[in-house]
Amino acid sequence: MSDTPRARTLPIQSATFTNEINAEIRRAAETGIYDIRGGGAKRRVPHFDDLLFLGASISRYPLEGYRETCATNVTLGTRFAKKPIELDIPITIAGMSFGALSGPAKEALGRGATMAGTSTTTGDGGMTEEERGHSKLLVYQYLPSRYGMNPDDLRRADAIEIVVGQGAKPGGGGMLLGQKISDRVAEMRTLPKGIDQRSACRHPDWTGPDDLEIKILELREITGWEKPIYVKIGGTRPYFDTALSVKSGADVVVIDGMQGGTAATQDVFIEHVGLPTLACIRPAVQALQDLGMHRKVQLVVSGGIRTGADVAKALALGADAVSIGTAALVAIGDNDPKWEAEYQKLGTTAGAYDDWHEGLDPAGITTQDPVLAARLDPVEAGRKLRNYLKVMTLEAQTIARACGHNHLHNLEPEDLCALTMEAAAMARVPLAGTDWWPGKPGGGL
Amino acid sequence: MQTIDLADSDLRTLNATLQAAATGGGNQTAWEVLNPRGAHALAVGLDGPIEVTVRGSTGYYCAGMNKEATVHVTGSAGPGVAENMMSGTVVIEGDASQYAGATGRGGLLVIKGNASSRCGISMKGIDIVVHGNVGHMSAFMAQAGTLVVLGDAGEALGDSLYEARLFVRGSVKSLGTDCVEKEMRPEHLALLADLLERAGAPAAPEEFRRYGSARKLYTFDIDNVQEY
Ligand SMILES: Cc1cc2nc3c(=O)[nH]c(=O)nc-3n(C[C@H](O)[C@H](O)[C@H](O)COP(=O)(O)O)c2cc1C
Repeated sequence: MSDTPRARTLPIQSATFTNEINAEIRRAAETGIYDIRGGGAKRRVPHFDDLLFLGASISRYPLEGYRETCATNVTLGTRFAKKPIELDIPITIAGMSFGALSGPAKEALGRGATMAGTSTTTGDGGMTEEERGHSKLLVYQYLPSRYGMNPDDLRRADAIEIVVGQGAKPGGGGMLLGQKISDRVAEMRTLPKGIDQRSACRHPDWTGPDDLEIKILELREITGWEKPIYVKIGGTRPYFDTALSVKSGADVVVIDGMQGGTAATQDVFIEHVGLPTLACIRPAVQALQDLGMHRKVQLVVSGGIRTGADVAKALALGADAVSIGTAALVAIGDNDPKWEAEYQKLGTTAGAYDDWHEGLDPAGITTQDPVLAARLDPVEAGRKLRNYLKVMTLEAQTIARACGHNHLHNLEPEDLCALTMEAAAMARVPLAGTDWWPGKPGGGL
Repeated sequence: MQTIDLADSDLRTLNATLQAAATGGGNQTAWEVLNPRGAHALAVGLDGPIEVTVRGSTGYYCAGMNKEATVHVTGSAGPGVAENMMSGTVVIEGDASQYAGATGRGGLLVIKGNASSRCGISMKGIDIVVHGNVGHMSAFMAQAGTLVVLGDAGEALGDSLYEARLFVRGSVKSLGTDCVEKEMRPEHLALLADLLERAGAPAAPEEFRRYGSARKLYTFDIDNVQEY
């Protein structure tokens, strides 16, 4: 017998049964409950990174960087509202509930948005004094749960957003686990303290577009036709949902793609239901154009917006404004590596922390624990959010000028090309270096 | 009494006039609305102690989000009557369609006829007294307040309810998930007596049975998964 080692195959990890998948199977087997988490889809899907701007050249000339103006303002609610919302920048703060977020975090969002000349939005759980007091422009969400919903807050809002769905969980309701139902949250929601709170997925008093039209009429009659009424939908059937929102009388349509964050939902929902943000914009714009309503009913896009480039790309594809959730939380301190030791104790790491529903957030943002919440200084955090919003705006302006535009709204699909076939098909812009995209009417050249 | 005739006035004028009268604190506290002809969103968002009588039947959301006002409909009411009411009183002489009193947070809603499905859905403190029957899924996810039914209740009464109190005099076709019959104690009889009297309902508290939450779904438990 020779003792020469026999040649052997190396251990091979399955691409199907990855370590992460197997760990999840074991976790499910042990606990008997699906994984609930915050945040948006973590998997890679076609996104704004798959698009590039062409910039000016001989056929188009650019604007001078610091000399020639490139305007950034946007008006939302010009269709029916007597008092449309005037924003200095086309980036708004998305609805995030008090309950999911602490009082100081809501205050910080209000402060930052106001300093940057934009609006912030309430969420499931009602309006708090912190955010009304610190937000010059506050959009009041009208949700299926109607937690905390009352006509006084409706009247002191600057706009009303009827939430039909969210990109993270189109067709799903909400969930706030017992740990986060503090006395104050319980009282605002008329629920016992400490129970797991379920939010309904459908509105209790209307179903379908014919009812929605009457619901919008009622809200307008209660608020004297003053306030813009937005309809927020999760990205699923953007063409039809946009058309039906317009038909129902919306002033503004908000479309939230699958990368959009949530406070807490089943991971299976976040990762497997809904369309990528990129795939939502063109069909929505098409619906508006087919109805002769593009720019008359404004389109706000959200879900994975991080940079001025993302803003510029969304606008170039036809959106009037964008909205941010996760990025705003990161700007005020969410997932900051300075809390790494504490993330490790929670079995995670900075950047990956998403158990927002457990209320143990080291950064003090997604919690109702007063000790943790006190870690966030709302004034300082508000300043950071303002800085970040300003930077994104400057970045978007940089790109728009380079493309020769004196207003962010003059960006257009012709300024873009795509790096991948998927992105080309979804954004309906040519694959880089070609004049073709999959599905282009009439084919190529 | 001031009269607004919807045969020659429009909805906006009607609501603006009533809303101004309600908050204005003037002397014109009694109003009558003629020819409603099923219009939607009548007398919504009132915020003050005026009295409005609608002579006829209404469409969706009559008296929506009412505060303090008394709204009396002599006919029947469409879906979502008195939705999200905060306070005040709404009385429907006829029947009410779906979602009557949905998400209501206070006040008293009296339906002298029957109420359709999902009566009191997501109610958050309102008191609802239905002289007739209620349809299926009534008091679904009801959080707080009281629903009193003199007649019968349809399928899945009180499904997934929280802390609302339900009283039914007639039969209950079926109870929803996590809804159980509960003992009637003296304080419940007293509560019922008061509500029945305020609702002008000809019934004795002793004739009712009480239903409420078993509170088994308040915290997720895999062993209850078939109930979710
Ligand atoms: C912590 C958190 C709480 C949220 N709460 C709500 C809510 O109450 N209502 C709602 O419509 N959307 C809610 N959202 C979704 C946001 O409004 C928005 O659609 C989403 O965050 C946009 O995507 P982004 O996070 O990638 O920017 C929440 C998102 C987060 C991150």
